[in-house]
Amino acid sequence: MNAFRYSIPCKGIVKGYAEGHALVSREPINLLSIDAQGRINDSTHTLNGRSVSGTILVFPNAVGSSVGAYRLYAAKVNGNAPRAVVCARADIITASACAISNIPLVECNEHYGRLIELCSKDNGYGDGGDDGVVIAVDATNALITIGK
Amino acid sequence: MQLSREEEDALDGKHGEAMATAYRILLAIGNAMDADRLVPVRWAHISGVNYNTIGDAGLAFLEEMSRDAEANNTRVRVMSTLNPMGYDPVKGYHDERFVERQERIRRAYERMGVVVVGSYTCIPYEVFPIPARGEHVCFAESNAAIYANSILGLVTNKESALSALASALTGKAPYSGLRIEEARRPSTMVDVKHEVKDELDAALLGYFAGRIGEQCISFRLRSSSYLGRDGTARINAKALCSALGTSGSAGMFMVYDALHLDQARNRVEYTEMDARMVREELSDEEGGDVIVFGSPQLGLYELSMLAEMIGGRRFRKRCMVFCARRVYEEARRIGYIDAIEHAGGEVYSDCCSCLTPLISRNDVDSVITNSVKAAYYLRNWNRVGVCLKSMREIVRDECI
Repeated sequence: MNAFRYSIPCKGIVKGYAEGHALVSREPINLLSIDAQGRINDSTHTLNGRSVSGTILVFPNAVGSSVGAYRLYAAKVNGNAPRAVVCARADIITASACAISNIPLVECNEHYGRLIELCSKDNGYGDGGDDGVVIAVDATNALITIGK
Repeated sequence: MQLSREEEDALDGKHGEAMATAYRILLAIGNAMDADRLVPVRWAHISGVNYNTIGDAGLAFLEEMSRDAEANNTRVRVMSTLNPMGYDPVKGYHDERFVERQERIRRAYERMGVVVVGSYTCIPYEVFPIPARGEHVCFAESNAAIYANSILGLVTNKESALSALASALTGKAPYSGLRIEEARRPSTMVDVKHEVKDELDAALLGYFAGRIGEQCISFRLRSSSYLGRDGTARINAKALCSALGTSGSAGMFMVYDALHLDQARNRVEYTEMDARMVREELSDEEGGDVIVFGSPQLGLYELSMLAEMIGGRRFRKRCMVFCARRVYEEARRIGYIDAIEHAGGEVYSDCCSCLTPLISRNDVDSVITNSVKAAYYLRNWNRVGVCLKSMREIVRDECI
């Protein structure tokens, strides 16, 4: 734990703990675009074609389809969900999806900008999926720690 | 969020796992949105019906919920209606596996007491009786949620498929977001410099606004009569609601005319250039193989307009029209359906253009539609090309 370099306070929405590589989106995500393999299929999105499977998925909030919640759940059932989700502001779609999928969920509000800055600063490309910065999400104790 | 003793018991599983899951969903949403309590709702409109979108995982979830609900004698506590399914069950669908799965989804909802007959609509506000202004409802379909808040004076958040199901089973929703009066004041004002003449203009504006505003958005229009509850103003409002719901998270809008002083903090201008940019982003074809009307499903007035515009001519290509079942029956009686079918149009009910397997890249390269929501999903989901035009332009160019 103490190998992490930075920490950011957050609010725990769905309890739990997970570590993984950050997959960072600066834009909201329409969760409907996530398939059962965990891939994002949205040609208008910068993460089009990327997989959320096994990542710590960091995005501001969900937009679009109300059915998006079922897509994240389907990814979970198929073993392809993110290990945890970090939002700037958790919304109804994301919160309900994480609640039935038992995916730890936190929101970090005003600290979101700093979080994505830290995710990018360490290696120059925070959107790097498997190559992304390692972060730990502790929804139970409301803390995100960054950079191993 | 404070739960009552009875709510705590339900969360702990005293009334079975389905009810506990419903409360778990509401608790997570309540925590996310800083709700202090749950409030009663009058009506839940549930999405997550189409097998094409929820798939086997969603089907298994609903079957488990409905089995547990049945075992514990749990049924929905309030009127609960459904969004469209994948195809028109009267016309049938060639994929037997799909049909079997879709039928199981129907049975799961039916076992929980959800209205399935005459349901399957994304315009519940044109099909079912409307509660009094100020009543809380729980609408998952985004165009319906925005329409309910903005045009009907009902109160809802832009719900998720799961929150609407949870509210159906509990009869409650977290007191948060647009359910709180202060959030229903516009924080962003869009100063509309471009004239909103028809449903396509309204939809392009909605798509633009969804990208920049949250919660409640106000529009300053040259005349506030373009968006409203009746006639063409309703058609424009429906188009705007569905496009706004597609591109962003806002769940409500207000309309001011040029004389009103608007208090919104953020102000953004919307010009002809913005309209053109949105249109170019969503419309990448000059024409298309198939004409698609719907999303949201057409109401009676739109069907009458379409029949009148066609004026006895015929479509030069395949034309698919999506409307609600009860609207279809009424329109059949009046003669609108005959007029559209005489022109070669195919009219589908219980399903809609968005996310239906009826329109796929295997059969269709590109579609012509007046719906921005359909354009967004057909491009990004069905991966077909799109040509956006207003209903009047489509009929003008494609009827002979």
